[in-house]
Amino acid sequence: MAEKIIELKNLVKTYDGTNVVDGINLYIRKGEFVTLLGPSGCGKTTTLRMIAGFETPDGGEVLLNGKNITDLPPYLRPVNTVFQRYALFPHLNVYDNVAYGLKLKTVTATYENKNGETITKKQRLSKKEIDERVSKALKMVDLEEFEKRDVTTLSGGQQQRIAIARAIVNEPEILLLDEPLGALDLKMRKDMQIELKEMHRKLGITFIYVTHDQEEALTMSDTIVVMNDGVIQQIGTPKDIYNEPKNAFVADFIGESNILSGTIVGKNKVRFINKDFDMVDDFPEGDKVDVVVRPEDIFIVSKGLGQADGKIIDSVFKGVHYEMTFKIGKTEILIQDTVERTVGEEVSIIIKPEDIHVMEKAVASNTYIGTITKRNTVEFGEGEFECDVTTLYPNSHLDEEGYLITEQGEKLDLTGTDVLVEVALDKIEIIDNEDDGDASGEIISIIYKGDHYQVIIRTPEEEEDFVVDTDYLWNENDKVSVKIKPEDIKLKLKEK
Amino acid sequence: MNALRFSRKHLGIPYIIFLSVFVILPLVLIVLYAFTDSEWHFTLNNFADFFLRSGNLKVLAISFGLALLTTVICILIAYPVAYVLAQSKLKASGIYLLLFILPMWINFVLRTAAVKELLYMLDGLGIYDVSENYFLSTIIGMVYDYLPFSILPIYTVLIKIDKSAIEASMDLGANPVQTFFRTTLPLSMPGIMSAVTMVFLPTTTTYVIADTLGNSKVTIIGNLIKTQFDAGTAESWHVGSAISLVLLVIIFASMLFSGKLNENDQKGGASKW
Repeated sequence: MAEKIIELKNLVKTYDGTNVVDGINLYIRKGEFVTLLGPSGCGKTTTLRMIAGFETPDGGEVLLNGKNITDLPPYLRPVNTVFQRYALFPHLNVYDNVAYGLKLKTVTATYENKNGETITKKQRLSKKEIDERVSKALKMVDLEEFEKRDVTTLSGGQQQRIAIARAIVNEPEILLLDEPLGALDLKMRKDMQIELKEMHRKLGITFIYVTHDQEEALTMSDTIVVMNDGVIQQIGTPKDIYNEPKNAFVADFIGESNILSGTIVGKNKVRFINKDFDMVDDFPEGDKVDVVVRPEDIFIVSKGLGQADGKIIDSVFKGVHYEMTFKIGKTEILIQDTVERTVGEEVSIIIKPEDIHVMEKAVASNTYIGTITKRNTVEFGEGEFECDVTTLYPNSHLDEEGYLITEQGEKLDLTGTDVLVEVALDKIEIIDNEDDGDASGEIISIIYKGDHYQVIIRTPEEEEDFVVDTDYLWNENDKVSVKIKPEDIKLKLKEK
Repeated sequence: MNALRFSRKHLGIPYIIFLSVFVILPLVLIVLYAFTDSEWHFTLNNFADFFLRSGNLKVLAISFGLALLTTVICILIAYPVAYVLAQSKLKASGIYLLLFILPMWINFVLRTAAVKELLYMLDGLGIYDVSENYFLSTIIGMVYDYLPFSILPIYTVLIKIDKSAIEASMDLGANPVQTFFRTTLPLSMPGIMSAVTMVFLPTTTTYVIADTLGNSKVTIIGNLIKTQFDAGTAESWHVGSAISLVLLVIIFASMLFSGKLNENDQKGGASKW
């Protein structure tokens, strides 16, 4: 295995009190093609910018070849960046753009003078050497004849190639690419993907690539780092990430998938959609899990011949395959198959054990640290909820003034007491009107889980999350409020 | 009905009328006056008269010298100011900018008079000798009056420069000083050029400042033209027009020259002034 070239240790970056990058630990080996993948705002670009030196981390370290470079300015780092919008210099022509870095470069030359003394001095590259290296770089991106052209007259694809040539001409140890193909059309993007991969092979240097396009990541990378909310969700090869997603977020983000709630019912047996399925993963019996099945891994057979019977309720032609929706009970499952089934047809499905991916339920319940306010209310998640404080002490009750009387007859004033609060996912009610509930926030994520949606509502100030299982479809970015019944709020005294 | 249809072309009509009456017609008149004598016969005597008087050429030299010096000083002060304002992340940077350009809102004759009073006050304190420094006083007044006009265009261009071009430069190994001279400065050339135009053109002709602060000891070409038009003799309007035409040609030539310079520097760059 090649040695580590970049190591990120506990990297943190904060903007306006929010951790955009929240304690990232990652190492990258020499020569690897690594992709940071995630939705916009997940912290992938910020991570890249900290490697480039444009952002100073608020915590943690960046190591390059084992040396701490956290405070090194960008111009002293042996890395070059291909920017999202190319960032070519509009006042320079193609040649001068590509030669920009070379003209600044100094090399240490050693020679003997007349007196036989060895002299070392720093000198700039010769015009001839710059010429040679520029034309080599331009040849690499197939733009040899463009040296004298004005960069503003070039097409998007050509500008991107110049941006790549401008970076690789400096022979950096690491090439950073920040969504470099984002502004190109689909056809050009596909071509450039292959060319970049080819370039990586030829140059043999480390590529760190940032994208939100999962297909791009799967096509090009040796290793994919899936990020969300400033945290690494999974690191693995494209195959691992696709076939063995670690959690529901990764499964949902990488390709189409069915995410269903299941229970482990025995050794290598999982129960979902009210049927038992064999699987290869080993989980403790009784665990509540998320089951991920890719749409292309489900086979449709005639009614009665498969593992579960249901009905096709929708079918859309997608070019190579049909995308069909199979309904069993309340659950809808997406299936991709090259053979079309008519809508309304009653069929059965088969899922092979190795195609059933089981993972620990991302969130089993909501937990918060709250504070008891007044008599029977608790404050958490930026809201004040009615609760039953007598559950904190067995056999206690409240007196008329609102003081808690314990079993032993002790009189306690609980105001200000910190408690652990637990609320089940399906015990939270979402209310359309922001002001009608006990706490309010914005919907930041919706994941379809077969027979229900899992919605995450984030509060504006402290960014507490309410994870809610609901039958209704809400819209991302909607401002809503939540209501919880007093008996569904489980309280526990915080251990001192 | 077609003839009455309103097309976009018609929106230009008021502008064309304005241009004809206030730009083209006066220009034609100036040319007409410059090349004729009081009898309206064609003559080049007006120009000969201007160029053959050695005092006039000196005035021309002083005018352009004064304008050039004022422009250079203005840019040297305005660029750092605009740069700092454009860089600052402070919410208050808009207010600082306002403070710099606020004097623009005050009548400039008043401003010039204020500078004069200020200089006399310094004279009274023995710090500055007005009677010895008429030329310097004129420059101080001109720089003061035209500084806002040079800060604004440079600031506007600087804040529009793509931050990622600066980052790209750093990324490619340029330290902050190299980045400034190789990227920021060339990219802000359009702003500098318009600042130059905004300062150079008026300072060659604004005799009010020279009169007020130079105590009529500093004569610029504007004074010369004014004297001719004020004289009221049969010839004077013709001579005055000739001087105006000479000035116009020189300014046009110098702008053409600086435009060329800018173009070489700024391939495909921002628009010309």
